[in-house]
Parts: sequence; C-alpha cells; structure tokens
Amino acid sequence: MVNLTMPAPDPIVLETDDRTSESVLDSDGVQLTFEVKDLSIWYGEKRAIDSVTLDIPSNAVTSIIGPSGCGKSTFLRSLNRMHELVPGTRIDGSVRLLGENLYSADVDPAIVRRRVGMVFQKSNPFPTMSIGENVVIGLRLNGVRNQKYLNERLEKSLRMSALWDEVKDDLHKPGTSLSGGQQQRLCIARALAVEPEVILMDEPCSALDPIATAKIEELIQELKKNYTIVIVTHNMQQAGRVSDYTAFFYLGRLIEFGPTSKIFTNPTDRQTEDYITGRFG
Amino acid sequence: MFSQRKDQHGWRKFKSALVSFSTFAAAVLVIAPLGLVFFHLLVNGASSVNWDFFTQLPKPVGTPGGGMVNAIVGSLELLALGSVIGIPVGVLGGVYLAEYGSARGNSMLRFIADVLNGVPSITWGVVVYGLVVLRFKGFSAYAGGLALGLIMIPLILRTTEEVILLVPNGYREASLALGIARWKTIVHVVMKTASKGIITGILLALARIGGETAPLLFTAFGNRFWNHDLAQPIAALPLQIFTYAISPYDDWHRQAWAGALVLVIGIFCVNVLVRILTRERARSTS
Amino acid sequence: MAVAVPMPADAGSAAARMTPPSRFGDKAFEWLTLGMALVVILLVFLIGWQLAQGSSLAIQKFGFRFLTTSTWDPVAERFGALPFIYGTLVSSLIALLIAVPLSIGTAVYLTELAPLWIRQPLVSLIEMLAAIPSVILGLWGIFVMIPWLRDYPFPVLKKLLGWTPFFTGPIYGPSMLAGGIIIAIMILPIITSVSREILRSVPNLQREAAYALGATRWEVTRIAVLSYARKGLFGAGILGLGRALGETMAVTMVIGNTPQIAASLFKPGYTLASVIANEFTEATTDVYLQALFEIGLVLFGVTIAVNLLAQLLLKTMVTKAPTRAVQ
Repeated sequence: MVNLTMPAPDPIVLETDDRTSESVLDSDGVQLTFEVKDLSIWYGEKRAIDSVTLDIPSNAVTSIIGPSGCGKSTFLRSLNRMHELVPGTRIDGSVRLLGENLYSADVDPAIVRRRVGMVFQKSNPFPTMSIGENVVIGLRLNGVRNQKYLNERLEKSLRMSALWDEVKDDLHKPGTSLSGGQQQRLCIARALAVEPEVILMDEPCSALDPIATAKIEELIQELKKNYTIVIVTHNMQQAGRVSDYTAFFYLGRLIEFGPTSKIFTNPTDRQTEDYITGRFG
Repeated sequence: MFSQRKDQHGWRKFKSALVSFSTFAAAVLVIAPLGLVFFHLLVNGASSVNWDFFTQLPKPVGTPGGGMVNAIVGSLELLALGSVIGIPVGVLGGVYLAEYGSARGNSMLRFIADVLNGVPSITWGVVVYGLVVLRFKGFSAYAGGLALGLIMIPLILRTTEEVILLVPNGYREASLALGIARWKTIVHVVMKTASKGIITGILLALARIGGETAPLLFTAFGNRFWNHDLAQPIAALPLQIFTYAISPYDDWHRQAWAGALVLVIGIFCVNVLVRILTRERARSTS
Repeated sequence: MAVAVPMPADAGSAAARMTPPSRFGDKAFEWLTLGMALVVILLVFLIGWQLAQGSSLAIQKFGFRFLTTSTWDPVAERFGALPFIYGTLVSSLIALLIAVPLSIGTAVYLTELAPLWIRQPLVSLIEMLAAIPSVILGLWGIFVMIPWLRDYPFPVLKKLLGWTPFFTGPIYGPSMLAGGIIIAIMILPIITSVSREILRSVPNLQREAAYALGATRWEVTRIAVLSYARKGLFGAGILGLGRALGETMAVTMVIGNTPQIAASLFKPGYTLASVIANEFTEATTDVYLQALFEIGLVLFGVTIAVNLLAQLLLKTMVTKAPTRAVQ
C-alpha cells in the first residue's frame, strides 16, 4: 500500500508507477485509480457536490460533462485537494487514490498534488521563467538538486507533451514567448515533470484554436497509455472524441457514468439524454 | 429641448465654455509652480554645480567656496541605514497583507498603515529623538537612519501589498498544483512575478525619503565634516540646503541653490527610472 | 507531429528525489510576515508613548491651559501653544481655500474636459510637482516667492482689501499669507490626484444619462459627476488638510516664525510643526523640551484625527477593495 504521509527513503515503496504494483480493481476487473464514495462538498452554506459516488478507471480518459455550475470543476479539484484553496470549504465522504484516502487527517495535500497533477483552462507558464525553467520548476522547488537528472526530466517531459522538437533550441526563451497551444503543452510538460500518476485537466482547450486543440487531444490519447486522465469539458464533441468514460453531472449530483460510447448513444437517464441532445445546458 | 429659446441655449453653452476655460486655467496654475521652481533652480543653481561642489567639504562660516560632498554621501548613508529596517519590514508586511490574514484584520492593518503615512515627518524625528538621541546622549547617523526607516515602513508596505495582489491567481494555483509549498509559491513564484513592482515601490519610497529634512533636524543633526562613525552626527543634503538657505551668507545661498538642483535632479532621475521600469512591465504583460 | 514517449520504468525517482514537504516552512513564513505587518501597530503605540512620555512633566505643569495660553516665553518658562495652534489652523485654512478649488478644477479638467492627448503629460507634471521636497520649495519661497509677493500682489491686496482686518499693517514678506500660499502649492498634487481618482470612479452611466438628456458638458459634470462624487471630493479636501497641518520645512522658511496671534495675514506667524523644527535643538531646559514634545503630541493628535476622518470618507468612495482567491 503506497503511503501518502511518510515518504520512505526506499524508492521502491514510493514507486508512482502503479502499473506493476498492486492495484485496485472493480467488480469487472477494471483497474481503478480513484474511488470516490458519497462525496459532498460545501462552500460555506452552499452544497456544491452532493453525495457523489464514482470510480475512475486507470490508464483511461474520463471526461466530466454538464452545464455551467453543475460542480464539475469542484469535483475535479477535489481529486487533488485544490478546492481547499477557497476559504470555508467542507468535505464529507472519501476520495481514495489507489486505495488510500486523500482526506485523512495525516495526509499532506502537497504530496497529493505531486501525485495528481493539474492543467488549467488558461495556460499559465510562469512569466519570469524560461521554457526550461518552467518545466523543471516543480522538481526544483520540491528539493531536487541533481542537474543531470533535471536535464533528463526536462527533455523527457517535453517529449511526452510533444513539444521537444519545437522548443529544444529555445529552452532559454521566456515561457510566455510561445503560442497559446504551445504554452498549454508546456504546462502539461511542467505537470508531467514531477511524475504524477494522474493528470487532471480543467477545460484545457477552451482558450485554444481548433488546430491547437486537435494537437492536445492527440496528446491526451498518447498520455493515457501511462497516466490516468480526468478532463472537465463543456464541449461535448470533445468528450466524445477524447474520452473512454464519461460522467454527467447536474446541480452537484452525478447523474450518470459509463463508457463514452454508451452515454452518447444510449444514455440511461432522461436528464443525460436531454443534455446530450442539447435540450438544455 | 427643441422648444427652448435660442438665447437660453446660448447662455448654457457659454457657461459650459467658461467652465472649460476656468478648469483649464486651474490646471495651468497647478503646474505653474513646477515650472517656476525648476526655472529658478536652474538659473540660480546651475552655475554653482561644479567640480568643487561634488568634491569639497563645506568651508568655515563666512569663507566663500567649498562644496557639499559630505552631505551627498551622508544622505546616501542615511538612506542605506533606513533601508535596512524599512525594506524588509515593509516588503514582508506587505506580503502578509496580500497573501494571508482575514479580510477584517487586514483591513484594519491597512487602515493603520495609511494613517501612519499621514503622520508629519517631523513627528518621527521627535519620536526617534526620545528613543535614541536622549538615551544615547547624542545625535547620530543611526538615529537619522532609524527615523527615515520608520517612515519607509508603511510606505513600502502598501506599495508591496498592492503589487502582489495584482499577480494573477493562476500562477499561485499552478505552483500549488505541483505540490510546491505555500511559502515557496509566495517567494519563488508570486514575489518573483511582482519583483519589478516591489522594486519600483522601494525606489519611489527612497526618492521621497531622500528629500526629507524635518526628521533629520534633531536625529542626524548635520555635520560640517566627514562622518567616520555612525554613532556621530552626519550631514545630509536636504539638511545642508536648509541650514544654508536660512543663513545670512550670500555664498551659502548660492550653494543652497546648487544643492537643491542636485537633489531635485537626483529625485527626478529615480522617478524617471521608475517610469521606464513600469512601462517595460506594461509592455511585457500585454 | 512528434509522438509522446511512454513513461520510463524508473518511475519512482522523482518522488524519491523530492524532499518531503514540511508544514514548518509554511507556518514560519506566515508568522514572519505577520510579525512584520504588526509592526505598524507597534509604530502607532511607539509614537504615542514617546510623545506622551516626553511631555509628561509639561502636561502636569501646564495642564489644559497649555492649549489656551498664548504666551511662549522660554526664558520665563511660560509655555502656551495657542499661537501655534492658531498659526497651523489659519495657514492650513488659507492653503485649503486656494488649493481646493484649483485642485478640483484641475481634476475636473483632467477627467471630463481635457483632450485625451494632454491628460497623461499633465498628470506626469503634477506627479513631478509632488516629488519636489519641502525644503526646496521653501528655498524658492524665501528667495523668489516672498520678494515677488512683497512687491506685487501684497500691495495690491492691501490697497483693495486694506479696510478689512486681514490685510492691514506693514508688509514684511514672511507672513501667514506666504505660509498659506506655500502650503497650498505643496498640497495641490495630492488633492488633485485623489480628486481625479474619485471622479474617475463615477460610473459612466451617470454621464451618459445626462448627455442623453441634452445637457452641456458643464451640466453633465455638475449634475452627473460632481454631486455623485461630493463625499469623496470632500474626503480629498480633508486629506489635503491633513497634509497641510503637518507641513514643516517650506512653512518654516516663509512664515516668519513669530509666536503671535494677529488678524492681519501680512503679519508673520508660527505653526506647531515650525516651532518644533526651529527650537527643538535650542531647548536648553527640560521644561522647554517637554513643552516642545507636548506641541508634538498636539500636532500628532490633530493630524491623526484629521487623517482618520479623511480615510473614513474616502474608504466608501474609492473602494479599491483588494481580493484574494487563494487562501
């Protein structure tokens, strides 16, 4: 069982690559990364997430769809404890990452966030840093000193986000000198550098043109081979293209969850069907 | 309105034009002193800003000639001493107000800082006199530096806070999402992003403090010679200007003008530098 | 397009190489910055304590009469602050009478009436005026302003208004009026810039509505802008007053420094700040020094009260309420 609170010096115990270690399976034998049980989240008095139970499969893309205000961003952020940044939040229920509850009292959110990375809607490479510095900043500010290792991770991360060939000669240039799509891929590389197991994406393409969007969707298909990806999107076509599983949220509740193909062609719930067909939202 | 009489409408238009002219005249009157002061500084001071001015010590009373080199250096030393207190306390305090705390508590602290910024600078001189000069029985550069530093604290605190609040939240979130500690996020990401603004805030405070005379009157006190011991009185440019200006000697008046011209040019250079830095920042973020 | 490379097998290395996060760093930094921020509270108490302590004997000796007696006689050790209170109030009042109309007029010009190309340069010039140190304005005051006042405007004033008690008597040059004028010059920039902020914060909807009714430019300004901004402009004026009360160097150099209460503005005066500036280092006896500390206390109290009032007034208008989403 991977321990979230006390990283032991033995690297084997801390192996973040769960594909070869013990894994959590559901009743059909599908490997799961997240098990969310009866999750409720309040912002002050307002209940944003209402008793959500959901299992997120590993090495697959799960998309979260739903109309504005349905809680999809809040839910996504609860997977890496980022919703806690807003003051006055309260949580009930559990979120397990490979069997371990993220919200136990002894769990440090910073460790959670190293294992569950996030890419945001508006790409935000740090403005005072170069492309190279941006990629390794997570490693560096978390105490990694070995320059050789940092250089290795720099190249690997940029290759993994399909950006290496475009920027390998310009690593010293400011991160903000790239185009919108490239900046977002830079943010993906930055998230990948700390070797997370999961990548959360909050509407990553909504600020990008169709060509950049297509590149990122292609990248997501590659990344899912090695990572679990959860993506929030308001674009249903994108959900249909990119994801293996889809969860439909409405007013803080999980209405339906299943393989994308089923959700989009033969949804069980009436509300799901209404949303998919554009009757509301 | 269509039925309004022509002369009524004409009168209203005339009133409007009159007001436009009056407010324009007001604007002219407001900036007129600037032009006049500058003009006289140049006319009366330029010829006296010479090599001697920058290299010589003041001559004995009544003897013409001499310079203000010790006052210029003294001012710089006092600014440095003041910065030792003013910059760390101001910057870190500003960080707190921008990143931590509660809305109500911070509001009160902000309020207090703003009120402090309105305290007459001579009051700070009296306070430091009681605190340091009386206790250690003598005027000193330390006392003068302390007085200047205390004035700097609420000044830099507010400018730092404002600049840090301008840093977009996306950067904080991106850094925290990488598992980076909160304090490292603030120091290495937020403050780094705001660094230009923090620096310009400090520069503006220095330009402001550099021209202050009142708090130095009975702390640094002034010195006709070099100060080799910070526990002794020290000369400062604005102090020297004041002493010379109210003296009965024409030669000292001439030097006062020269000193004033140098001081004003120094302050304006810092302001121009700040303007350049701010413009660069605006260009790079757009 | 380059294909993504699968994750390497030595997957544990990053987590192993990263140092465990410590809550200590976060707490320590928060406490450090909190301590620095709390210094401002410390400073307020420091000022109050020093001034009170330094004037305790004088307060005991003179009591409340200090504020009402007009004798200032260091030799006989009789100290009354009334001339300075009078001088501070009158010079500040003169300064406000001159500066407020000019500043608000300029602010109106800048925000409502000036062509766009002239606005930024004008604002920069006013900022430059604000950057001129008090002692330099005082220098200019002694050698340029006072001689000019003495030769031109003052005689004219005397001729026109000499029948009033305010403009009688001989004209020396250094005077209460000169003091008021120089303070006015010093406070013009701040009243102008704050007024500008206030006027700019008036929502455009107000102006548009007035224009839509066919009002002229002045009417729009008067009806839609000025009446809406009345409270804030008043606050700007009070802020200027706060500045005026504490003005030291320039005033000291032109006001004449004579502790007297006289109706004529041509007569020299003395302010609270000026007497401290002039006589602090000459105070030979303890009582003398204590009396000056007490003057400092009075000055502090008055400026704090006025600035507090100004802050309260301005808070409601220019709400630059800073917000922060990350906790």
